Amino acid sequence: MTGQTINRVGGKGVYVKGNDIDTDRIIPARFLKCVTFDELGPALFFDERFTSDGKSKGHVLDAPEHKGAAVLLSDDNFGCGSSREHAPQAIKKFGFEAVIAGSFAEIFHGNCTTLGIPCVVMQRADREKLGELLAEDPERDVVIDIEALKVTCANTSFDVTMKESAREAFLHATYDPLDTLMRQMDAINATAERLGYA
Amino acid sequence: MGKNLFQKVWDDHVVGRLDNGQYQVFMALHLIHEVTSPQAFGMLKDKHLKVAYPKRTFATVDHIIPTDDQSRPLADDMAEQMIQVLSDATTEHGIEFFAPESGSQGIVHVVGPELGLTQPGMTICCGDSHTSTHGAFGCIALGIGTSQVRDVLASQTLAMDPLKVRRIRVEGKLSKGVTAKDVILHIIRILGVNGGVGYAYEYAGSVIDNMTMEERMTVCNMSIEGGARCGYINPDETTFEFLKGRERVPSGAAFDAAVEKWRSYASDADANYDDEVVIAAADIRPTVTWGITPGQAISIEESTPNPETSPDKALVTDALRYMQLEPDTPIKGTHIDVAFIGSCTNGRLSDFKAVAEVIKGKQVASGVRAIAVPGSEKVDKDARALGLDKVFEAAGFEWRKPGCSMCLAMNPDKLVGDEVCASSSNRNFIGRQGSSTGRTILMSPIMVAAAAVKGEVADAREVFGL
Repeated sequence: MTGQTINRVGGKGVYVKGNDIDTDRIIPARFLKCVTFDELGPALFFDERFTSDGKSKGHVLDAPEHKGAAVLLSDDNFGCGSSREHAPQAIKKFGFEAVIAGSFAEIFHGNCTTLGIPCVVMQRADREKLGELLAEDPERDVVIDIEALKVTCANTSFDVTMKESAREAFLHATYDPLDTLMRQMDAINATAERLGYA
Repeated sequence: MGKNLFQKVWDDHVVGRLDNGQYQVFMALHLIHEVTSPQAFGMLKDKHLKVAYPKRTFATVDHIIPTDDQSRPLADDMAEQMIQVLSDATTEHGIEFFAPESGSQGIVHVVGPELGLTQPGMTICCGDSHTSTHGAFGCIALGIGTSQVRDVLASQTLAMDPLKVRRIRVEGKLSKGVTAKDVILHIIRILGVNGGVGYAYEYAGSVIDNMTMEERMTVCNMSIEGGARCGYINPDETTFEFLKGRERVPSGAAFDAAVEKWRSYASDADANYDDEVVIAAADIRPTVTWGITPGQAISIEESTPNPETSPDKALVTDALRYMQLEPDTPIKGTHIDVAFIGSCTNGRLSDFKAVAEVIKGKQVASGVRAIAVPGSEKVDKDARALGLDKVFEAAGFEWRKPGCSMCLAMNPDKLVGDEVCASSSNRNFIGRQGSSTGRTILMSPIMVAAAAVKGEVADAREVFGL
């Protein structure tokens, strides 16, 4: 047990549209100059949100009606590129608790899972519908039920998918695997011995 | 039915099955650097944990190190602090650190292979997505996040889902002027930037068989750009010849024994694959990107796409707008401001040798800032011994000190404003090279050289009469 069981997460949602949104866009490299992850929240999507002289570009994340959103909605291949954990750390510290997308890049997906951020996959037509519901009323709650693999918003329910190992890990609070891994020290040492790595 | 290399290496390194269905996998080699690893040592400290196998982890600095003045303390306080935290942690935990001016510092994916730390049949990980580079030696080589760096430091293992394996056979003969970089850009163009999700890529076929190790590293390096979790090439005589005599490789009878073991990891002739793709070498031309993902690539003979006839109209529209390119326009002739040769993709000795051969007697066009950045101190030393630095300098390139440099702009090497860079690196993402409006066109080192000489995107075959 390394954290709390995560089954239902939700809150206001915001749709950051586009395929192939990479981790350099999620957090530009200059913000990686740090020795802790504590201050990364404001850096989220920084160059998409602000001009080089710091003026707001009017990005959807900064729209007053989306303030406090807990669910980030995006499209295909979200989080591609660099392995920087700074990307999901910034997403989490900005206030998001879950990401819904068309698909996820794998390293990003793994990093999110370890940090307790569920990544769920939703079909395109459903993302468009959910986006419309949020555009009509940004105050609507988006609720992700991990056990049932359903997302609901305004009495509309959408089927979603999730990597089974991640779903299990959220439901059993083992998404941060360190304690689980450390319990096997004897087997680890035996493997190292067998492979000549000891 | 036989096994492929992925299955063999995986089976060898599995410690056990976890309750959530994942596997616990032992990591034979762990490489760390100053950007994604200092935080992991902080996490260990918080949990009062030690490094389980300090002799299986090696550290260097690459991302933030300046390529002009590397004297300490670095001018950038935060960069200096990151190096110091890493350096202190390696001392505290007994991890070997290839510090600047040690003779072994460099980009982590250049250093591992050149020292012979990277060996066939290993599981390798590093907090950097281009760890896939090491797959060139027949390894499962994985980019990981910082929490996973922590997991490996504490347990030498990772929790992983198994992968499917797609064999990509590149068959035939590459034509003159077509390089390993063009092969991988072409593959990503065909299969897409997310085509590899859920897969390990096995690169095979006569073109791959005939490649040198450095060319194979270029191909495997960009597996991640195709969405694959890792990419590898079966070890063969080329691999063993490369490793023979390297500093961290056994010698004498122990080497012969190692070769026998390494050979056994290669995919069996009757191995099973989840998917197979065959690519004709004859279809591959010098390839350049026009957009904001590595998959948005075309041959030098082609024109930019038209959003109206593209499957993802929004992405193509956004990409053309960002790149300030018109649809249906030849990419050849696109003005450039900067030429960059280096990175973990193309910063090895053979890359500089290939460029030196063609730029001898040529000049970088006026107004173009051209830099050549060796991937490691060893590459720098070897290049200097051959006089390559002088050839580059005579042509108008700056010859810099080793580091990641302009690949990712965490150091002073950056684009300014909306400059266009002809780059031998691996990512053309928005803002990747340090300016939020900077534009990157990915290509092979000799194509960068051609662009540098012409001041615009050019066909190396024409410029250099190849």
